[in-house]
Amino acid sequence: MTEPKNPPYGAPIDRSIPDALAGLFQEVILDHYRRPRNKGALEDPTHTITMNNPLCGDVIELSLTVRGDVIEKARFQGKGCAISLASVSMMARKLEGTKVADARALSVKFTRLLHGERELQGDKELGDLRSLSGVSKFPVRIKCALLGFNCLEELIGESGSSDDRAGGHEPGGAR
Amino acid sequence: MSTVETAIAVAPYDVERVRADFPILSQTINGHALVYLDSAASAQRPYQVLDAIRLHYETSHANVHRGAHELSVRATDAYEGARRTVADHIGADVAEIVFVRGTTEGINLVAGSWGTANVGPGDEIVLTKMEHHSNLVPWQLLAQRTGATLRFVDVSPEGRLVLEDYGRLLSARTRLVAVTHISNSLGVVNPVREIARLAHEAGALCLVDGAQAAPHRELDMGEIGCDFYAFSGHKMCGPTGIGVLWARRELLDEMPPYQGGGEMISSVTLEASTWADAPLKFEAGTPNIAGAIGLAEAIRYLDRLDLDVLHTYEMELTRYALDRLDEIEDLRIYGPREGRAGVISFTYKDIHPHDLATILNHRGIAIRAGHHCNQPLMKHLGVDATARASLYLYNTREEIDALCDGILLSARVFGEIA
Repeated sequence: MTEPKNPPYGAPIDRSIPDALAGLFQEVILDHYRRPRNKGALEDPTHTITMNNPLCGDVIELSLTVRGDVIEKARFQGKGCAISLASVSMMARKLEGTKVADARALSVKFTRLLHGERELQGDKELGDLRSLSGVSKFPVRIKCALLGFNCLEELIGESGSSDDRAGGHEPGGAR
Repeated sequence: MSTVETAIAVAPYDVERVRADFPILSQTINGHALVYLDSAASAQRPYQVLDAIRLHYETSHANVHRGAHELSVRATDAYEGARRTVADHIGADVAEIVFVRGTTEGINLVAGSWGTANVGPGDEIVLTKMEHHSNLVPWQLLAQRTGATLRFVDVSPEGRLVLEDYGRLLSARTRLVAVTHISNSLGVVNPVREIARLAHEAGALCLVDGAQAAPHRELDMGEIGCDFYAFSGHKMCGPTGIGVLWARRELLDEMPPYQGGGEMISSVTLEASTWADAPLKFEAGTPNIAGAIGLAEAIRYLDRLDLDVLHTYEMELTRYALDRLDEIEDLRIYGPREGRAGVISFTYKDIHPHDLATILNHRGIAIRAGHHCNQPLMKHLGVDATARASLYLYNTREEIDALCDGILLSARVFGEIA
């Protein structure tokens, strides 16, 4: 049996970073994690929701100001891992100035990316969100990357009209 | 002769021989030898336990306490024999051993049966701020049902119970004091004997959550002096779905049934029924026969190795782990340094515990990340989540070394070190 062993402490350390991990935690992801964009709360949002992942304790509040069919402002606050916070940061930045229908399409596209659709890795509409394609190799982390988008779906998804979700709507978020 | 005996007595603990009993450990994950550091969530089981379960199903399975046929007699003997093994192991009477699904069901049984019969409006239940959700939520439900109030002993910054709080909180209104023997996130060992004494002085009963203690130490119910003690099989090398509630005989005799059904009755008419004596009164339906048999085998396995010897080994390993982790810059360990078990919660730099766990998993290292069913305590500690490495009889220093290397890898992935 020549099974690989973890090297004993003090032995020469392998300082290389495995490709899958480098792919999962790309620089742009770490940058959004440490310097989140669009972070905070809106003073007068038309839509607000807080959702959590009860298994891990991640919590995200997403607030939107929607005028007509355009998302004018998007802010988030909360806590979580690098994957969930980078994802919601990238999403919130992308949402501002986006039509509601396009935001829905973005959500669908991003979900497909996370489930491994390779052709989307070059999709310009996804922007920085493309950097999260590495999550597809870590199925247990997909729910992290989708927490922000789950908030978005709850707020503007096809199932609910965008007008009856005014501020403070908080179903407690059992996702 | 005496030299041989001495040699046996001082023989070092042979962890490699123990590891050879656990087939699951000899595999690779992501190209690395599996390093299993999540035994506080669920331990692994040796082939002796797996064989006992298989042998039961292959040769002796039938329903218990029912038929007059040979297999039913064998199954009943094995099931009741398992109860005897558990009783002997914890210094209890066999009639005081109720088989349940696990610690959680054991506590729910006490809350549902004893609690409903004995707790009313204005009564108080004294808990602590370090309880697992399983020793908190059942009492919240009971309090909502009965109008009782929950009180909480504080946790010091070092991670110990503030024992003085018992003096402040205990009163004639206190019906029950419930406390964990060993914290599942801080690893701190609580002075349950002292707490049981304080509870009794106030005229209250004492329940101890033994989920993290039973796998690691010799237990004697008489010595602890509590009234209820609950633990799980799957954390002590036994199967999932089996656990034990121990309660003093006279309490079990008085407590009303927890669930109704077969096995727990004495006689039944369409209008009413009378109950079997404890413990069967609390075991409605076909019990987890194979689970009890597997648990008994796990106890025999641990007893053969000697829990005191295991304890010494685990304490040495824990000290080694704490020392190694201490060497890592920006790594913060929660809980006290002394008087603790091999459950080590920590955070590292600004790396979220889930990200750390993902990176460690890439090296074949299994740890827990999150709130450990301990949300109020996490809030108290001022963290959202921690990483948790928990040690057991099959872990080695090399595995601790692998953990430390993996932690350093996470810093490289996050661009913190070269």
